[in-house]
Amino acid sequence: MKINFFSKMKKSATITMTALFVSSALLSGCGNSQVSQSSDTGTDSKDAIKVGILHSLSGTMAISEVSVKDAEMMAIDEINAKGGVLGKKIEPVTEDGASDPAVFAEKAKKLLQQDKVATIFGCWTSASRKAVLPVVESNNGLLWYPVQYEGMESSPNIFYTGAAPNQQIVPAVDWLLKNKGKKFFLIGSDYVFPRTANKIIKAELQAEGGQVVGEEYTPMGHTDYSTIINKIKEEKPDVVFNTLNGDSNVAFFKQLKDAGITEKDLITCSVSIAEEEVRGIGAENMAGQLVSWNYYQTTDTPENKDFVTNYKARYGQDRVTDDPIEAAYDAVYLWAAAVEKAGSTDVDKVKEAAKDLEFKAPEGTVKIEGENQHLWKKVRIGEVQPDGMIKEVWSTPDPIRPDPFLKTYDWAKGLAN
Amino acid sequence: MDTYLLQIFNGISVSSIFMLAALGLAITFGLMKIINMAHGEFIMIGAYAAYMVQNFFSQYLPASFFNFYFFAAIPASFLLAGVLGWILERLVIRHLYGRSLDSLLATWGVSLILQQLARSIFGAPNVDVKSPDWLNGAFLVHPGLQLPYKRLFIMLMVIACMVVIYYLMYRSNYGRKIRAVMQNRAMAASLGINTRRIDAYTFAFGSGLAGIAGCALTLLGSIGPTLGTNYIVDTFMVVVLGGVGSLWGTIAGGFLIGTGNTTLEFLTDATLGKVLVFTLVILFLQWRPKGLFTIHSRSLDE
Repeated sequence: MKINFFSKMKKSATITMTALFVSSALLSGCGNSQVSQSSDTGTDSKDAIKVGILHSLSGTMAISEVSVKDAEMMAIDEINAKGGVLGKKIEPVTEDGASDPAVFAEKAKKLLQQDKVATIFGCWTSASRKAVLPVVESNNGLLWYPVQYEGMESSPNIFYTGAAPNQQIVPAVDWLLKNKGKKFFLIGSDYVFPRTANKIIKAELQAEGGQVVGEEYTPMGHTDYSTIINKIKEEKPDVVFNTLNGDSNVAFFKQLKDAGITEKDLITCSVSIAEEEVRGIGAENMAGQLVSWNYYQTTDTPENKDFVTNYKARYGQDRVTDDPIEAAYDAVYLWAAAVEKAGSTDVDKVKEAAKDLEFKAPEGTVKIEGENQHLWKKVRIGEVQPDGMIKEVWSTPDPIRPDPFLKTYDWAKGLAN
Repeated sequence: MDTYLLQIFNGISVSSIFMLAALGLAITFGLMKIINMAHGEFIMIGAYAAYMVQNFFSQYLPASFFNFYFFAAIPASFLLAGVLGWILERLVIRHLYGRSLDSLLATWGVSLILQQLARSIFGAPNVDVKSPDWLNGAFLVHPGLQLPYKRLFIMLMVIACMVVIYYLMYRSNYGRKIRAVMQNRAMAASLGINTRRIDAYTFAFGSGLAGIAGCALTLLGSIGPTLGTNYIVDTFMVVVLGGVGSLWGTIAGGFLIGTGNTTLEFLTDATLGKVLVFTLVILFLQWRPKGLFTIHSRSLDE
């Protein structure tokens, strides 16, 4: 869902490449121990199954993707400690997508063709997923994608372990209409996820008697929201639905607070801010504001207690877990379970075995929907607390069936094209 | 009415932020002619310096001192960014004077290294700098028209920086030497000025100013390894529009781009506003390629 590459980088591709080579060479020289070097042999050894880990470890998206990678490494180590899959150890091959979709595609090709990995866990931005999609499809590989996104996609070679729109955005709008008011102000970063999400929201509001009083997009990395806050003040909405991404959120919430607007005057609901992002924004700047996800660090399940304890023990007490981190962790376990069930790492057999597969995840039991390879998930609306944690204020009683194309909603007809 | 008044205030405030971010570049790029792509990273370093000072205050000093950490953070940001700028000048830049394309490539590489370094030291996620209490809230003209203290404070910082730069560049012996070296290196050297030392100090000073900008930006936005990349295009635009080599031009450029941005954003939207501003700047530069303040004589300033 999130995308964050710079157009200005594109202009000077050669410069970028040169500089990237220099910096990555320097970094590998610095002994970044968590990045395991890929081997040259490119064949499956007798007692190990290679899997690809493909996230941005450098560039703007590293902010989000490094902790997702950490969760995947933890799941792999946990599974290995219990004997691995099919009696073999899982061997991660880590590649850096460098926040650049083109690099993602190139590295995915390398992982599938040269390293012959059984599957890839990776991507964050929709742009990177869309770049990797043709690669996994043409090589009949597998990608496990851990982040909520805008939907309208269902590749036979991708498993989506984050939320589809009907498991995050649609129920959030529904809840806000019933509890907070009818007048919505939409604000988002200017790229595919917020624009698609807002198209869905507008259709839903129109069908259910809501009203859009403003819709604003800002370029990635936009840092001054004084003008937009001024516009919000003028329109006096009941709810600001926020699909801003990355650094912009920090600027938006800090400046909203400085303008004298608190959650008592105006409620915001964000779909791209989880515990990890709250830390950077500062809990004091957004306490009381709402978010919508499927999992919070505070989610009360026995699995989650262990998950949070282990994650903190491994990466530091100051670290937090959040939705994409949890979804990435689930992905590794779901893949391993499918491989065990299939008795093979063959992609077609794994896909067949994965249908209706269940896993007791930290967020509660999740199930793979065979039809579109998304997960059944509970939806949770949460409120940011002054300590940076998120408290659940509402949740669906049961997991919701994933519906990436919103086929079951009348008002969504014509959106999927 | 309030909306428009607030919009004027926003315009001035955004201008002041652009000016602060561009002042350092006005020296390293404007005076020294180095296309310093790492300028944004010195802003980032200043922001992290403020973060470290904040952590030091909250951990080692009594809680009552915390509100004053920002006064320690400003010089700390200046010094850290300045020292790193000095090191960069000694190691890389001094080999590249007069080779602007090479300096562009080298500093671009340096900027990536500095970003990754910040990521390794402070972790990839953004960090949070708490503003001191006395900067929270807003000056209430009347209900409906509130001017945030942080933005007023940043305006004061810009004015203070300008006064310091003015005295340093135009009223001190050191400034006279800098201008002499930048105008005619060989002549300055033959008059006994240690040009190498002047170069290093000037670059360090420009980098230090970027550090102060970073410190100020912690009040408004995010503090992460890529903080600087958000400002690099705008700051170059400010310096180029103002006229390379002219400090007054930088101030005027910052004002025009800042108010232009907010006004056009208010009338259209953020993306289109930015596009329009850039288009207008490009058109203007077609008409006056040297920017607002053209320097005709051999003297670079005034």
